[in-house]
Order: sequence, then structure tokens, then C-alpha cells
Amino acid sequence: MASHGIKDRVAIVGMGCTRFTEHWDKGTDELLAEAASDAFASAGVTKETVDAYWLGTAMSGMSGMTLAKPLHLEGKPVSRVENMCATGSEALRQAAYAVASGAYDIAMAIGVEKVKDSGYQGLNGFPIPTDGTNRTLTAAAMFSMVAPAYGHKYGVDDAQMREVLSRIASKNHANGALNPRAQFRRPMTVEQISAMKPVAGTLNVFDCSGVADGSAAAIVVRAEDAHRYTDSPLYVKALSFVAGNGTGLLDPDYDYTTFPEIVQCGQDAYAQAGITDPRRQLAMAEVHDCFTPTELVLMEDLGFSARGTAWKEVLAGAFDLHGDLPVNPDGGLKSFGHPVGASGLRMMFEAWLQLRRQAPEERQIDTTRKLALTHNLGGYPGEMVSFVSILGTELG
Amino acid sequence: MATRQGRRGILSHAGYLPYRRLDRSGIAPVAGTGGGRGTRTVAGFDEDTTTMAVEAGRFAMRALPDARPGALYLSTTAPAYLDKTNATAVHAALRLGSEVVAADFGGAVRSSVAALRAALGGGEAVLAIGSDLRTGLPGSVDESGGGDGASALLVGGDEDGALLAELIGQGSATEEFLDRWRTPGDVRSKQWEEKFGETRYLALGEQAWTAALKDAGLGADGVDRVIVTGPHTRAVGSFAKRLAGTVAVDDDLAASVGYTGAAHPGLLLSGALDAARPGQVIALVSLADGADVLILRTTPELGAFRAARPVATQLGSGGDLPYGKYLSWRGFLTVEPPRRPEPGRVSASAANRSVEWKFGFVGSRAPSTGQVQLPPAVQLDEVLEAAPMSEIRGRVATFTVDRLAYSPSPPIVFAVVDFDGGGRLPLELTDLDAADVHIGDRVEMTFRKLFTVDGIHNYFWKARPVRD
Repeated sequence: MASHGIKDRVAIVGMGCTRFTEHWDKGTDELLAEAASDAFASAGVTKETVDAYWLGTAMSGMSGMTLAKPLHLEGKPVSRVENMCATGSEALRQAAYAVASGAYDIAMAIGVEKVKDSGYQGLNGFPIPTDGTNRTLTAAAMFSMVAPAYGHKYGVDDAQMREVLSRIASKNHANGALNPRAQFRRPMTVEQISAMKPVAGTLNVFDCSGVADGSAAAIVVRAEDAHRYTDSPLYVKALSFVAGNGTGLLDPDYDYTTFPEIVQCGQDAYAQAGITDPRRQLAMAEVHDCFTPTELVLMEDLGFSARGTAWKEVLAGAFDLHGDLPVNPDGGLKSFGHPVGASGLRMMFEAWLQLRRQAPEERQIDTTRKLALTHNLGGYPGEMVSFVSILGTELG
Repeated sequence: MATRQGRRGILSHAGYLPYRRLDRSGIAPVAGTGGGRGTRTVAGFDEDTTTMAVEAGRFAMRALPDARPGALYLSTTAPAYLDKTNATAVHAALRLGSEVVAADFGGAVRSSVAALRAALGGGEAVLAIGSDLRTGLPGSVDESGGGDGASALLVGGDEDGALLAELIGQGSATEEFLDRWRTPGDVRSKQWEEKFGETRYLALGEQAWTAALKDAGLGADGVDRVIVTGPHTRAVGSFAKRLAGTVAVDDDLAASVGYTGAAHPGLLLSGALDAARPGQVIALVSLADGADVLILRTTPELGAFRAARPVATQLGSGGDLPYGKYLSWRGFLTVEPPRRPEPGRVSASAANRSVEWKFGFVGSRAPSTGQVQLPPAVQLDEVLEAAPMSEIRGRVATFTVDRLAYSPSPPIVFAVVDFDGGGRLPLELTDLDAADVHIGDRVEMTFRKLFTVDGIHNYFWKARPVRD
């Protein structure tokens, strides 16, 4: 298997990100226009000088015209892409490869989701006609099976597990409280979160990501052209994607304490970027904390913690804003909110701010290390897609 | 019996009682009237006459796995569909061959005895299933006295297998009179003043009883036990009392199950055969828009028959259902649903392509690895084998309780089930309370209705705790 990657061949030179919230006063068009305008301005380009567009949206529109119409694009190629909750990352991945291939000089990746027009809480997939035998379980319930499985395997009792999960949520709420673009800006204590009533397994609503509308965008160019647009580009070190085949659901050996697709995806990304010790080499990580047990397991699947130890590191604060490896310094899906098609690009937006030291002072992390990881997943334990990117401010 | 060619009788039999029991004493405090002593059976929110028919049919076929019925008759007064045949879903769930006829005998209670008579009349082996949901308005006699359940009788001749009981006589009487009625679309039946119907049933019953005894060449003292059943409680009681002087009358399960309509003759007969000894004469008297009497003699083979799940066993294993929950399951009390969109309706063509999986619960097995794939995998590099899983038990590997997902009766209890001998599937659990689930619990498969959208019932399999 060859996965060569495109290390240092493409750079992000401008980004935009709307606030993620319940935008009752904005539709898909307005959200796209806002994120795109910010990204154009950030890179100092115009919609005419961008050669090609990739639009990620899971369920807010069909085809490239969903973007071409609000931006009034003339004669531009626009591809709409979808890869479940990793849709935004997929848009960036396609745009980056198109630029790396030489087909285009400047491309935009933009993600959007308008989820709050459905009239329902949570995320609701579009109905594909089926034989009716597919599961009707919510994502919260699917991921809730991870917590008891992890606790059972590593000897974490129910009370300890509750504290670990609340600690993850509380950390992400604390980070989000410092972020003006985040959906939820109220700090929550471990005690407050632990006191909530469960809605799926042992998970309560504060174990679940926020559901918000929003859009985020990036402008990508060839690395050698990057300094025409900015003094501080963000180089793409690795882009990895793995689509699971659902065997976890069939395999009696699968124990719900790990996500094999993510392990594979992380290893591929580290190989592309030449990373050998992610815990020591990364300055930060934005990970797909759709539910608190997901973030717990991701710390091990991405190689930040040894198997069975992440829960202790969570309690010790290793992944806090000023911990050994800050995870979700922008508040994560938990408090930034999760507009499906935009989230992957929102994660990169935080890397864009942090590594270039443009984050607000109160949440600026240490940037002695020069690399950031973003991790975006779609699906459920046993059947998921996974994306990992490595981004950095220096070539080589 | 001069007109019949060869012996004809019962090859296998089963009753199915749903898990839930309504204590009748819970009715009056809410409805202000009605109720009484004892319990009635209540179909789960995910059960209808079709799914209960499948369960009864599975039990009957499990006891005689090599049987090859040529026809399947489904009788009910509460069909899941009109215009469309319901027996075809049962046929698919039982994985009967496409050459097997599947047809509904519907509308009236009498249809199930009529189907049984037709099956006993000759020809190929027939799986005759009665299945019913009995519903009346809150506080009504039909509500408290009714029960839900199903029964299956595999009927054939000597050439089809070992007869457990041979038909030795029958008699019928028919007359048009109005005792109870329901116009299509109405949720309940109405009844004329009881004493009138009683006079008709006693006369018709007497006529059929005399004819059947004559057909069998027996006097009343030649009958060891009699089953008397019908929707007219008073007439059934009076007729049973008349016979009680000479014949032992079986308990009609009124106190524990209730009257299960089209299922009841088969249910009582199955219970009687469970308890009978070889060489006994059993009479079945059904008083429903006329009278039908069937007289059977058990054979020596009865002793070797092992019922898949005897009616008496099921009587002893039920879970309480509060009256409020009963009312909401029956549609008399509309409860706020979770704020989630309803699922999409089932695609007819997609369901047809996967009929073996959806209805038969047949997965695939890769010969190279032996791995069981649920649902069946798409054939790529090797020819896959069929892996029928509906009769295989499993254990709960892990589970969760989903209070957010759409369900006709939340919350949903979902478990990852590992099947004995391989195969894993996340499945909804049923017939249990959320607090009762544990990792390692043993489960078995049961055919259920997941939901109904656009009038289309979505049938598939769930898992339930093993309780025997």
C-alpha cells in the first residue's frame, strides 16, 4: 500500500469561520457567504482569483450550485463532497490534492451545515430508502456503549468513569468559554455535569456535542506560492482518510474500547508527516469529541496515551489548555458546536490561529512545538470514517 | 367418517402467549368501571397478529422441523393489513417454500375453526394459525375478558408424519343471527343482549355436538375431556355446564389469559394435547356464529412429542404491564413521543430483495473463514453459505438504553448480541424492562414490528431474554 502524502507541497494561506450557534436568522447561503468572505479577505484573494472550490455539506444542499449561487461564481468548478461528520475535512483534502496535482493554483475548501431548520434536536440523517432492518439508535446511544466497555476492560468503576467523562466535558466547556465563536460559552463544573440525568446509557446531554449552524473555509495554494499571500502559512504535513467497512459490528472480538479506523488513520498520517512521537511533537490536537467517551478513546487511538491510561491523564489535566498536550483548545464539538460539514475546517481554523499565535491571549497555547493535529470522524463505533491531518508552520 | 380417505389429524401444535400481563384490578381505578379478577395477556407494542402468528408457527415447526406443509392459513379478527394478505409475512418468517400457499382466513372468530376444518378435510399438510388481538373500549367486558395470543396446528395425514391426535368425528351447525358485530374501521365490537345469543348458541351447540358424536360413533361418555370456547362468555359457560355432568371440561384460561378470539380454539387444544395421554378422546366445541365440534383421539405417538414451549410454561412466565401503558399501546392514550423525526417508510423493493434477511433472519457465512455475517454480506470473491439465525440463541456483549431515539414505546434498549457459534449484531431488546438488562444475559430471537409509517408495517427481528 502506498500512501505517500503531500507533505509540504500545499499550504493554507487564509481561513474564515463563522460563529457556531443556533443561527435562526441565517440560512445556508448567508453562512457560506460569511465564511467565504472572511477566507478571501484573510488570504487577500477574490472569488474570481480562486480557481476551484470544494464544498462540504452532509445534508444542507446538493451539488456545487449550493455554493455557486450565494457566491455568484461565474464558470467555476465546484464539487460538493460528503463523508458523514468528516465532510469538512474531506473538502480540504480534495482541494489540497487538486492544488498539489498542479491542476489549479488556488482552491477553496468550505464546509457548511444548517442543522437547526429541521425542527428537531440533534442531528438527523436524510432518509435513504431501505428494507427497514437498519438500526434506529441515536449516535449518543451508539457511543454510550464505549464508556462501560472501557471501564470494564481497564478497571475504572462507574463513579470514576463519570468523573473522567465530566472532566472532559468540563475542560472543553472551559476552553469554549474563552472562544467568542463557540456555541456554548458557559464554564461547567465536573459536579454540575455529573448531576445531569442520563439520556443514552450513562451519557447525559453534557456528554454530547453541541448542535449548531455554521461554516468554515480555507484557501489553499502550492507551498512555494504561499508567501505571496501571507507571512505565516500553515503547511499541510499529512492528510489521511480511512473508511471503515463495518466489520466491528460483526466481529465478536471488537470490544468497543477502540476505533480501529482511527488507529490506522493516525498511523498513516504520522508516517506521511514523519512523526514518531505525537505526544511530544504535537503542540495541540483538535479531536472529534462528539461524545465524551469518544475523546477518551481517541487519546489512546491517536497514540497520545498508552492503552488503559488516558482516563488517568484526563484526570491529571494532561489535555487541558495549558497541559502537556492541549486537546480541543477551541472548546471542541462539545462547546464550539457541530455543524457537520463545517466541523473539520473549524478544527483547522483553531490550528491556524494557535500555531500562528493569533488566538486570543486568554487561550493562546505554548507553540514551542510547531505541529498541530486535527481529527474528524463520521459514523459509529464499529463502523466509521476517520480523517487525520497534520499541519505545521515550518517546512521540513 | 365414511367420506374421509385415510387418517387425518394433528402433527404438531403450539400456543404463543405474549409476555405482558394486565392485572384486571388495575382497570377500574382508571376507567371508573370494568376490570375484575385475574390477568389477561397483552401483545407488546411491537407485536400484532402477524408477529404473534410467526411465534406460534415457529414453535409448532420447531417441534417438527422436518415437516413440509403445503399451505399456511392465518386466521384473525384483527389483521395487520386489509386487501394485502398477512399470511405471506408469516410464510416468509417461517421460510416456507414459494410453492406453499399462504392465505388469510379473516374477519370473524369462526374463521380459525373453519380453517382447521378445511385443513382436516384432506389434501396436503396445512399449518393452520390463529392469531388475535382482543380490544374493547376502556372499562368494557371485551377489554378485561379478552386476551392476545396465537396458536398453530400442523394438520396432515399419516403420509405427512406421526399423528399426535386423529380426527374421529365432527359436526357443525350454522344459523344467521346477530349476537356481536363490528363495522370495519371501528375499534370495538358491540353485543346484543346476552340472553338472546345464549338461546341460539345452546341450540346450535347441541345440534353440532350430537352430530359429531354420531360421526365418531361415540356416546358422550366416550369423550374424556372437552374444550368449550367462543366469544359469548355466558353461552360458553352454560354449554360447558351442560356437558360437565358426563365429560371433564378443560379450563378455558379466562382467568389468566382471557379469550384470544381466533387463536383460542387452537390455544386450548394445544394446552389439552400438552396435558393429554395417548388414547384419550378430546372434543373441541367452538360457539361462534354457529357451532363447530371436532372430536380427536390421541395416538401412541403423543407420548414422544416434545412441545417447543408448552402453553402452561408460558402461562408461568409473564411480566406485569400497568394499565396506562396498556392504554397507550392500544392507542387509547396518546403519549408525547421523543422529539425525533419518524423513520422513513420501508421500501417495498428493498424489502423484497432482502426478504430472507428481513423476514427469515438469514445471514451469510464465508466458507473460508467460517465468519457469520449479519446482515448477509455481498458476494465478492467466494460463494457464501446461508446462515439461518432465527433459532440460534446469543448473549448480550454490551448494551445501552436510548432515551432519545424514536420508538413507539421509548426508551429503546439496544444490545450487541453475540450468537452461539458465531455472528454478532446490535439488536433492539424487547419483552423486558430497561433496568433488567445485564452483560452476559442469554437472549433468543423474536419476530416483531419495529414501527409503522405510511401504513406500512416494518417487520424485523428483535432479541428477548431467554426465560426457560
